[in-house]
Amino acid sequence: MSTTVTTKKSAAGGKAGDSVFSGLSLGAGVLILAVLAAVALFLFMQALPTFQAPAEDVSGGEGFFAYIWPLVIGTVIAAVIALAIATPIGVLVALYISHYAPARIAKPVAYVIDLLAAIPSVIYGAWGTTVLASSLVPLYGWLAENFGFIPIFSGPASQTGKTILTAGVVLAIMILPIITAMSREIFVQTPKLHEEAALALGATRWEMIRMTVLPFARPGIISSVMLALGRALGETMAVALVLSSGPLTASLLQSGNQTIAAEIALNFPEAYGLRLSELIAAGLVLFLITLVVNMIARAIITRYKEFSGAN
Amino acid sequence: MSKRIDVEHLNVYYGDFLAVDDISMGIDARSVTAFIGPSGCGKSTFLRTLNRMHEVIPGARAEGKVLLDGEDLYGPGVDPVVVRSMIGMVFQRPNPFPTMSIRDNVLAGVKLNSQRISRSDADDLVERSLQGANLWNEVKDRLDKPGSGLSGGQQQRLCIARAIAVKPDVILMDEPCSALDPISTLAIEDLISELKEEYTVVIVTHNMQQASRVSDKTAFFNIAGTGKPGKLIEYGPTSEIFSNPHEKQTEDYVSGRFG
Repeated sequence: MSTTVTTKKSAAGGKAGDSVFSGLSLGAGVLILAVLAAVALFLFMQALPTFQAPAEDVSGGEGFFAYIWPLVIGTVIAAVIALAIATPIGVLVALYISHYAPARIAKPVAYVIDLLAAIPSVIYGAWGTTVLASSLVPLYGWLAENFGFIPIFSGPASQTGKTILTAGVVLAIMILPIITAMSREIFVQTPKLHEEAALALGATRWEMIRMTVLPFARPGIISSVMLALGRALGETMAVALVLSSGPLTASLLQSGNQTIAAEIALNFPEAYGLRLSELIAAGLVLFLITLVVNMIARAIITRYKEFSGAN
Repeated sequence: MSKRIDVEHLNVYYGDFLAVDDISMGIDARSVTAFIGPSGCGKSTFLRTLNRMHEVIPGARAEGKVLLDGEDLYGPGVDPVVVRSMIGMVFQRPNPFPTMSIRDNVLAGVKLNSQRISRSDADDLVERSLQGANLWNEVKDRLDKPGSGLSGGQQQRLCIARAIAVKPDVILMDEPCSALDPISTLAIEDLISELKEEYTVVIVTHNMQQASRVSDKTAFFNIAGTGKPGKLIEYGPTSEIFSNPHEKQTEDYVSGRFG
């Protein structure tokens, strides 16, 4: 008899605990959504005057679109440079850690790469502008001299090295841990069964990786790159410190170009009135771009989960 | 095509742990040899040393000699990749490459070992290998569909087709039917009897009826207890092992008194 009573009691307590906990977690979930909606609403409300203002009152005098598109292009260029550098390196480092390095080396290397993510972006910016920029100047000079016929390398190269290319390199280092950590996680999950199938057919280690690991991990690599892209698009401090900004130029070796995030950070403290509204409108555009990029990344991850469940 | 294997004083270690102790045996060409014994007796480990697949497991190493028609697989300068292309393997669970079509699965090993293969040669090889694995009639209309869409038994026969496509000297099978239903098992057993016309087949099995049905010779492995190394207790013609074993342990095992 007594056992039934205690069971009932604990079941009742469990029920109350259950509803409390589900309420708490629901509240937390709703709060996040509310914050997201509030941010979007705030951006839109504050940006509204810019969209309504006459074209000649907006910075540049040709309307908001003419103001924002060079910034969008600059943002995309910096992010693309970062991805072009970080994706191959990140994937190779992840492969080294998961399939080549002996365990006693793999762990420390993975740890150090993860530490890169813990360094504040302002420190990357300071390092980029004082150390990296000046040390890249000779390379930029050489590129301009030998490949100057390609528009993106046309001279004269910047003498300070504070160019969009330097900013891209700094961003690449910052997003490297994202790509490496996510790719590594997925490489490790490749079914042993498939790896052994390849090896038993007489595959070398690289052939085994090409036959089993990379096809298995492809969606994961793509989504890691998309998440890294989201980070690169929104990064502010490093770009603001490294890049000597200016109007949109095709050459990556000259000072010029600007990203949305850095534009906002550099101008915000002194902005008021319509200028403030403009910057917030720029922020809204950036918000939409990163939102879309992250949604695409999430969609790919979801599809990948369904796929991996099949086998 | 098919070659004999001679094992001389083979010890297998996982780190410091001796897993398989001093095995010597000869495996005839064009025959089926079955390894039986209780779980953990080292028969799968021993099977893997025959094509150096045990080296995939960190810390695993083998001492002794494995001779393939007189050539030592553990000799200096012998590349395990080459060994594995001569000695194929079929695993416990069917493992076709999920991102490849049926056709590409069959050709996977061939594309590794020889550089290029013409379209018509590839078509011939796919047909011959799938026919060799008794799978051709079931899949000939959907060669471009993924291999993971087949049933378990079909997938296992696809893996056998993939293994014979590279024309190995020996085919090792590690409990190839343990994940399959009885009808698929029967199909694989029929196939094994056909494969021995051309190949040396070595099969590990937990199923003693299977060993007695398909094999010409049977090796019985046992361990003295957990943590002790696996040993080869008795090796002889299958009929003798099952009807008239010399060792008491073998008799106890095949009559179902333990294990």
